[in-house]
Order: sequence, then C-alpha cells, then structure tokens
Amino acid sequence: MPTAEPREIHLTIPVAPEMEIAATAQVAALGEWMELGRDKIDEVKMAVVEACINAFEHSGTLDHKVELKFRVATEGEAGDAGGARTFLEVDVLDNGHGFDPARVSAPQIGEKLRAPHKRGWGLRIIRSLMDDVRIVSGERGTMIVMRKYR
Amino acid sequence: MSETLKVTLEKPDGAVAILRTDGYINNTGGEEIARQAYTLLGEGTVRLLLDLERTKIVNSIGISILIEVLEKVLDQGGRLAFCHLTPTIEKTFQIMGLAQYARIFPSPEPALAWLRGEVE
Repeated sequence: MPTAEPREIHLTIPVAPEMEIAATAQVAALGEWMELGRDKIDEVKMAVVEACINAFEHSGTLDHKVELKFRVATEGEAGDAGGARTFLEVDVLDNGHGFDPARVSAPQIGEKLRAPHKRGWGLRIIRSLMDDVRIVSGERGTMIVMRKYR
Repeated sequence: MSETLKVTLEKPDGAVAILRTDGYINNTGGEEIARQAYTLLGEGTVRLLLDLERTKIVNSIGISILIEVLEKVLDQGGRLAFCHLTPTIEKTFQIMGLAQYARIFPSPEPALAWLRGEVE
C-alpha cells in the first residue's frame, strides 16, 4: 500500500445477470493494493455478491441500478491503544422500497432442508464474513455498509 | 462477461459419481448441477461428490439449489460430499450449516472413501 491516503472507487451497475461479478473486480483491485490478503479479499467479494443480488431481487429499485462505493481508509493512529487500522469498506445502495432488517428471520439449515423455500441466506452470510455491517433502509432505498479490516 | 458453469461427470464405479464444476455457482450454475445430480439419482447413483476445484465463487442462490440436491440425496438414503473448496466457500458452507448434513474434504480420495462407506 504505497500511501496512507484514502482511495475510493464509485461504480454503478445495472440490475442484470452476473453484474455482481463486475463489482467483485473492484474488491480485488483495492484489496490487493492495500495488501488485504487473499482469503479476506474473497470474503469481501462474497459479501458484495450477496449484497448486490439482494438489491437486484428484493429492493424493487426504480432505476434498475445499484450504486457501489469502495473505500480504503485508516482509522485511529499508530500511537492509539488499538493502533492504526486499515480497512476496506463497501457501500451498496439501491433506491428501492426498503426493508426492516429486524424482520428478516435467521435461516436454519434443518428447516430449509424440509421447506419449499430454501433461500434467504444473504444477510447471514454478509454479517458472518464481514467485520462490521450497517444497514440503513427506508422508503427511499437501502444502503448496506460493510467493512473488513486488514 | 460470462461465468457460465461447466459441469463434468466422472463415474469411477457404479457406487459413486463425481461432478466437477468449473465456474460461478449461481442460479444457472446451481440448476446445471441439480440437473446432472437428479439424472444420477434417477439412475440409482445416490452417493455424490461435488469437486469445486475450479469454482472460485458461489452465491447463496446457487447454494440454495445445492441444498435442494442435498435434500433429495438424503431422501434416497444417499450421501453428498464436497472437496477442493476455497477457504471462503468452505466458511460459507459452515455458516449455512451445510456441513451438518454433507461432508467436506480437502481432496477427492478421502471423500470417495467416505462415500463408499470405507471410513466414517
């Protein structure tokens, strides 16, 4: 990572098959630049895929687009108790109808094996793979902010 | 951009079958795996190994289809194993609890031994 300056990429993708893979290319580029490590890069890519397909399928986005912001930054100082911590943060934003994350039930494999509907894993995967996840959702859309520390 | 999944079948003997995937396991990829798996189940081959050595990314839609496959394998008294998972795919399977009902192995050999009932 050549400098400590924040680095940011903005990307808008259409709601279309496999466009989530285009988003993962940005994760790879920034993750390699900040020396995040192969496994952590793959975890962020997986979380981004899930956030994108959630937006594609459930948001009801009016303009059929999803906006993403990828940012590498550092919080804290080297002399702080926790030291300086560099992270990759990805925002995934849609302008759909929003949802209440508290009303999304946690899926269980035992129930899913016998249920006709086997999906609904996206948020659980995102929360498990990322270090910090915030969801801001309302009638103007949803923003999922996901952070992974180096 | 196309990440179309390719699935190749190998039947080392009449008891087990190996499905090797190459590419992205999403909805269409998952459906292709399911199509081939259901053909095998229909033929009476109920012990299946999914070798994901050439799959580097999956999504939850594709994994949900693999859960359907797992359900049908278990319904027929069979076994399902995975091998050559990337650390992130293995972690995702663990998060989802798939490893409670299917087994994950680093390579095909121990997976085939488990599928054949040679080891537990």
